[in-house]
Amino acid sequence: MTAKKSATPRLLSKLATGLQGFDEISRGGLPRNRTSLVMGGSGTGKTVFALQTLVNAARELKQPGIFVAFEEGADEIFANAATFGWRLPALAKSELFFLDARLSPTVVQSGDFELGGMLAILVAKKQELGAAWIVFDGIDVLLALLQNRGAEMREIYRLRDWLAHNELTAIITAKVDGDAFSPANYGFMQFMVDCVIRFDRRLEQGISVRRLEITKYRGSDFAPGEFPLSFGPHGMEVAARGRAGTLNGASTERVSSGFGGLDSMLGGGVFRDTTTLITGAPGTSKTTLAGKFAESACRRGERTLFVSFDEGGERIRRNLTSVGIHLDAHMKSGLLRMYSGRTDAINPEEHLIRIAALLLEHQPRCMVIDPLSAIAKSGALSSARAVGNRLIYQVRDHHITAFITSLVEGNDPQAEATEMQISTIADTWIHLSYQVRGGERNRALTIIKSRGTHHSNQVRELELSAAGLALADVYSSGGEVLMGTLRWEKEAEERARKLQRHAEFSQKRRELQFAEADIAARIAALQLDLERQRAELTHYTGDDEARQVASGEWQSELRRMRSADGAAAAAPVPGKRRGARISAKSGGNGD
Amino acid sequence: MARKRTKASAAGAPVTTVVVMRLYVAGTAPNSVKAIANLKAICRRYLKDGYKLEIVDVCEHPRRALTDGVVVTPSLAKLSPAPASNVIGNLSDTGSVLAALGLHAGAME
Repeated sequence: MTAKKSATPRLLSKLATGLQGFDEISRGGLPRNRTSLVMGGSGTGKTVFALQTLVNAARELKQPGIFVAFEEGADEIFANAATFGWRLPALAKSELFFLDARLSPTVVQSGDFELGGMLAILVAKKQELGAAWIVFDGIDVLLALLQNRGAEMREIYRLRDWLAHNELTAIITAKVDGDAFSPANYGFMQFMVDCVIRFDRRLEQGISVRRLEITKYRGSDFAPGEFPLSFGPHGMEVAARGRAGTLNGASTERVSSGFGGLDSMLGGGVFRDTTTLITGAPGTSKTTLAGKFAESACRRGERTLFVSFDEGGERIRRNLTSVGIHLDAHMKSGLLRMYSGRTDAINPEEHLIRIAALLLEHQPRCMVIDPLSAIAKSGALSSARAVGNRLIYQVRDHHITAFITSLVEGNDPQAEATEMQISTIADTWIHLSYQVRGGERNRALTIIKSRGTHHSNQVRELELSAAGLALADVYSSGGEVLMGTLRWEKEAEERARKLQRHAEFSQKRRELQFAEADIAARIAALQLDLERQRAELTHYTGDDEARQVASGEWQSELRRMRSADGAAAAAPVPGKRRGARISAKSGGNGD
Repeated sequence: MARKRTKASAAGAPVTTVVVMRLYVAGTAPNSVKAIANLKAICRRYLKDGYKLEIVDVCEHPRRALTDGVVVTPSLAKLSPAPASNVIGNLSDTGSVLAALGLHAGAME
């Protein structure tokens, strides 16, 4: 191991912490065989960060680790981490070693001391376990005992040398109050270590927001700035923004919205990996449209995530069942995951982080967020907007086709643009509104925009029934669209007119058919006449010839019987013959 | 390097109980060396022969230090008489060491 290390001394290698977001920000994790300092106020998540890294390494990479606790005992740590399901007591039997380095409160101090004893213990334990990681949690407690800066520095340097010598990747956590950058707060320690991570917690609009920031990373690139973090069911989650400037290729594949009428308005559905925004007043069936999309995605066998704010998943499923959208079976099969969050208690950043974790866990191809506008209820609007935007970019980074609903008060879709400002980044924007006329309130659907595709610019009426959704053409009359009963009346009128036209047409056709039959009959009769005439004509022509032939024979017979000169002289004398013929002819004519 | 030193209390001495102590040191680290010297001086002066002292080098017996919960060195543990007490540091502050051992500088002299 030593030989390998000396062969490539300049290459900084990193060990992943297993905290997805943090590994992204730090471009791969913490520096291997180096020391990282985690500092921040109390309750900012330092201990959880360090412990989670250790747990991840032990579980995923089978790298044993040592946790030296200056502030809390092992029992307390186990209890605190129990909610994350890390099974620490089991891990502590083999891969993890917890050293309770708390000094008894009754301990008396007399003069200077050093960490030599502890380090001797740790060396023994490291060799026994083959540990790769070590955490010194709450080193400030120990350093406070040293009482003078010189001793503090001496022990920190001793620790660093010891760590370097033992090839351990270390995380040291230290509690600081106030400005973490002031020299009073371990300025020398920040200088000494290779990586410094600052944790922070503050109140924004009455909601607690936790963040972390890498302030130093020797020899490595890292994402600058503060990143929100939260505590999910499996531990800390860090929200990375993802690499800036990565734009995805555009898909030309169409994905059905689950609603044929809408698909045809959109020219065949929405494009794969695009974001569709559905805005509308309360009760305009935004959720129904979104639910329809989720159902059709599941039917295609695509993993789907349904995020609902301020309404439980069960309630949504029940409501959707009433309009013929059935999600229960897909929940059972595991294709569909639902996440329901309340927005009054949790800040938008935390929802974002939890959703990010779900995206990784469930790997959905399709997603619904209903309604995104709910996150604007808690915290500052500006931060809600930022969260909304980041959420959409995150969804895009994961190549997810998403339907996002947003509540807009009133019928003016432009209100969205001033509220959450999602409409500018959504690829398709569908607006649902109410049209009140003739004592009725009817739902209308308009496609405000749909990037890269032809789409209908017509306002349609959205009909909701137990059978499901339907889109009806609306009538424009005097510059106003007609819906509901008015549309029905118009339709009935149209139907009557159609019936009338149909009757008229049938009548005319019958008349024409009669006329045609009549003419055909007449043609047949005339044809018959013609045939008769032709037959007669043929008859007469044939009779005449027969008679001529008969009379010729008859005359020559007569001449032969009379033994006329003509009969003997007929052949040798042409002139006579001609004369005889003429006479015969004339005889015929004279008949 | 563990050394044991046991001396029976001399007859007629004001100390009737034997103080049992254990000092954890880290090899030849400056504070450890100082602690041994300071403790010996205190024992000579205030305990005469009425003490038992065990010196444990944690560099050689880390497992023992681990079992005993020793984190920093030097570290002095008074095991008996009750109550048990602990002192960390090079024991340069004689007053606090005596207080931890249940002795009073004035009474002892």
